[in-house]
Amino acid sequence: MPGGNNQNKDNSGYKKDYQDYIEKTSPKSPLFKDMIMAFLFGGAICVIGQAFMNLYKDVLNMDAENAKIAVSVTMVFIGALLTGLDIYPKIAKYAGAGTIVPITGFANSVASPAMEFKREGLVLGMSAKMFVVAGPVLVYGITSSVVVGFIYWLYKILIGG
Amino acid sequence: MAVRLGNQTIKTEKPITISSTASIVGTKESEGPLSPYFDVHMEDAEWGEDSWEKCESKMQREAAKLAVQKSGYTSDDIDIIFAGDLLNQCISSGFSARELRIPFYGLYGACSTMIEGISLAAAIIDGGGADKALAVASSHFCTAERQYRNPLEYGGQRTPTAQWTVTGAGAAVLKCGMESGDGPYITHITTGKVVDFGITDTNNMGGAMAPAACDTLLAHFADTGRKPEDYDLILTGDLGKVGREVLINLLETEDYDMRNNYNDTGCMMFDFDKQDVHAGGSGCGCVAATFCGYVYKMLKERKLNRVLIVGTGALLSPTSSFQGESVPGIAHAIAISNEL
Repeated sequence: MPGGNNQNKDNSGYKKDYQDYIEKTSPKSPLFKDMIMAFLFGGAICVIGQAFMNLYKDVLNMDAENAKIAVSVTMVFIGALLTGLDIYPKIAKYAGAGTIVPITGFANSVASPAMEFKREGLVLGMSAKMFVVAGPVLVYGITSSVVVGFIYWLYKILIGG
Repeated sequence: MAVRLGNQTIKTEKPITISSTASIVGTKESEGPLSPYFDVHMEDAEWGEDSWEKCESKMQREAAKLAVQKSGYTSDDIDIIFAGDLLNQCISSGFSARELRIPFYGLYGACSTMIEGISLAAAIIDGGGADKALAVASSHFCTAERQYRNPLEYGGQRTPTAQWTVTGAGAAVLKCGMESGDGPYITHITTGKVVDFGITDTNNMGGAMAPAACDTLLAHFADTGRKPEDYDLILTGDLGKVGREVLINLLETEDYDMRNNYNDTGCMMFDFDKQDVHAGGSGCGCVAATFCGYVYKMLKERKLNRVLIVGTGALLSPTSSFQGESVPGIAHAIAISNEL
């Protein structure tokens, strides 16, 4: 074995060799297949979203701004519902990033810890842990929109939009 | 009294008999190839409890009770219990022992805990500190997932090297003496060192733990003068498909041929073709249930006579991984024989 009985001596070389060996021999995720699946499932979710958009605009005669909000609400509802029914993770197993990236994935990442930590109570369990997965998305999403908004505001003042 | 062999091995001097074992498994394990060997098959992940943690605790308690009952003793006859699990503060073990009312030591050796427990139970019996002792360990897929990874309903993908935590518990009653005269006996205990070769991928536990298993096996062979072919079966705990191959290769470079009689309980618990478990099973319950179910029955039926079991554990926590630490491995070995 690399390093063998020399555990106490400097065996960083052996360790590096071992890490390279593990890196080389361990089976890898099928990247190409994963990307195709993510594209197909992610695309399908967007098509469904677009169908709702058309429904709300053309059939229910909503204006564009309201229709956009209604589509987001609908997709979040569907994501949370499918999470509750244990269907979303089953699709996600094949879809990968295709189900994580769209807004339904955000719903899943909030609904799943909410369900799981309910047993520790509604305050210290469900509501405290609800954003344990989605928290970083909110923190950096909101922070970056503030930064972008500030830059846009400066641009308008300086250049005069 | 026990005799020290070499650097890491204890040879027991008294006959330490494994009088009985009990195993309990979950639904996915019940669909696996070892299913007929387990005593209790749970019908769901809760087993009548209102949380998975309570269920795991019940699994330990019921496994312990069943093992004691099968041994023909009562819990009053058991002098000491060594128990452990994967959960923070070892709650499955502590809460289970709350109702067993047997003097209790809680252990944490990650997935090597069952073998750690049997080692300590055998050592304390050999030293005269106890006459009958119980070793128990458990793991539960749902409790482990929520502690180490993501909520169950979270839509994530696993990597091919990821392993599936076994929902299972095992308990073994050890006693001093051989009045029944039929073994199996614990003959050697090799205590492992913590070995860390710097693997940081927490989804490749097999790769992280294989050097520890290798280190312990080399120590066992050196201390006892035995070779792999002296055993009918050598089993590691939960290296899985990836770690198993790595271990075979590591030992090959040391001129030990493991290809003929070596397997890993993580590779035995599930059917790779039918069950989607990626690199195989893991968790304290994997080696505990496989040993207490399959291996013990094979020993009793004399289909196996000399076995070396190496419990393997990854001594990480979510905190250590988030802080960028690598995954330290540990492996403890016990040699079991039908002959003394």
